[in-house]
Amino acid sequence: MSIRANYLDMPLTIDDLDGENLEYFRHCAEHDFHLQQCDECKLLRYPPTTACPWCTCLTSTWTKVEGKGAVYSYEEVRHGIQPAFQARVPYMVLLVELDTQKGKPTEHESLRVVANLTTPDGVLAPPDTVRQVGIGSRMRMVFSDVGPGISLPQWTLDEAAPQPAKPWRYPQE
Amino acid sequence: MPLPADTDATTPKYLRDKYAIVGVGETTYTRGSGKTTRAMGTFAVRAAMQDAGLKPGDIDGMLSYSGNDSTPSPFLAGDLGIRLNFFMDVNGGGSSTEALIGIAIGIMEAGMCKCVAIFRSMNGYSQVRIGGTGARSAAPVNGDALHSRAYGWQSAGQMFAPTFMRHMYEYGTKPEQVAMVKVVHSEHASNNPKAFYKKRYTVDDVINSRMICKPLHLLDCCVETDNATCIIVTRTERARDLRHTPALIRGVVGRCSKPRTDMHYQHGPISRVAGYYAKDILWPNSGVGPEDIDAVGAYDAFTFTSMLQLEDYGFCKKGEGGEYVSSGITRLGGKRPQNTSGGHLCEGYTHGMNMVIENVRQLRHDADDYCPIGPDGKRQHTFDYREGGCRQVRNIEVTANLGWANPMTGSAMVMRRG
Repeated sequence: MSIRANYLDMPLTIDDLDGENLEYFRHCAEHDFHLQQCDECKLLRYPPTTACPWCTCLTSTWTKVEGKGAVYSYEEVRHGIQPAFQARVPYMVLLVELDTQKGKPTEHESLRVVANLTTPDGVLAPPDTVRQVGIGSRMRMVFSDVGPGISLPQWTLDEAAPQPAKPWRYPQE
Repeated sequence: MPLPADTDATTPKYLRDKYAIVGVGETTYTRGSGKTTRAMGTFAVRAAMQDAGLKPGDIDGMLSYSGNDSTPSPFLAGDLGIRLNFFMDVNGGGSSTEALIGIAIGIMEAGMCKCVAIFRSMNGYSQVRIGGTGARSAAPVNGDALHSRAYGWQSAGQMFAPTFMRHMYEYGTKPEQVAMVKVVHSEHASNNPKAFYKKRYTVDDVINSRMICKPLHLLDCCVETDNATCIIVTRTERARDLRHTPALIRGVVGRCSKPRTDMHYQHGPISRVAGYYAKDILWPNSGVGPEDIDAVGAYDAFTFTSMLQLEDYGFCKKGEGGEYVSSGITRLGGKRPQNTSGGHLCEGYTHGMNMVIENVRQLRHDADDYCPIGPDGKRQHTFDYREGGCRQVRNIEVTANLGWANPMTGSAMVMRRG
């Protein structure tokens, strides 16, 4: 079944042929983060793909993954491009490196998951929260509910984790 | 005859200097062309033919690239009375120019045609905005784009920013250093009558301009323009009969990529760009190294894109790009000037073509600057690089172009004066 939903007045769609994305977002809708684990080499991968990027195996098993990690890089958008985001600046796009499978299969590789900085209930974070986050900040995954069969994974500050005293931020502030 | 042992099959050394760029042409760089991409493209191809001294019957191959925002080759060929033995219109933006030059060499080597016009025609400001505002950003978010556009992560600046920010984190690169890319390119643009922005900017201008997507200020970003550009490639032996000193193609690299080009930064270091891989094709096949290059066209969609490529192609050590671009080396009059037309940041955004066109003119020793034209009809270059003056590089013999699609994919080319 294809999915048609609206998020921040943006139409989000998944075609009925797109099995990988349907499955990925179905788990997110249940507030469970799942990634494909290769049936042969057992490596997890992100974002969803048809084949394993390390061994080309075509079969995989959706596996629950802990949504925790640290900010690897970020950006802070001040000038929105898409209509949905123009009124929502500043907002952050975070590249968060998961603790799971970090530095594997080579030292340069990790599961790095893109999402916005949000509040714990999945709403884009207000400016004073945006100012607190930088490279090294500890994050946990939350979800923005969009509609039946689709929620978007998001990142919020992990209140339970020790945070770096001063996460790295862009020098000109 | 056996090939030299170190020949790379990608651009075998026996093709070095065998093909040349013999004609270049462009429209004016505007924001509001008032013309179709068909009309602009026709103008640019015609201008390049005239520049080369070729007639429509001499051109029998055509290549173009676009993001479905242009007019296909057969229309332009038909409009100009060109009968084609080969054409191909490919999808893509930056990094296409050098790649298509390589393809042009390939199809001529295969005997499929003998003279190829490569063009890019785009209303990048007035129709399909390259920055992504307008129709592109309003389109529904479907399938794989849910992992990017649903997060307000869409435009080129937004997509590349994690690489730029990580570079600052890893190497301590300062905004003031990166701003020097814009400063230097704007100095060059002030000596280019064609440049859309001719004003000279300071570091303060750049870092005090409004923030678009941290770490990118407005003046770290290039200028969206409407324009068409064309270059003509043919065999060097044919080039000898034509109007200008040919720009001989030493070696090309096309859309060379890092692992995992799916744009989600799964493979690091993410501060590394495709040039890290492309350099191992470019330099051996060209038979030169960074130290031999007299001038560079380093794709400047953003200040950062120039800097990162200079590092990974080996013009400076990795992480020292900030120092390199603020050292004066890249200025006209410096050891290795770059983007002498003002590039994408100032002359206009063309998806790479104008920086190749500029180097072709530099290698002819005929940069179209403000210098007076002498009795022989040629510009009398003064080598006075003050505002409104000269932009010809003295005694230039070898150039490099470093084309960029995104951090994961790039193309490159070395040319020498024929």
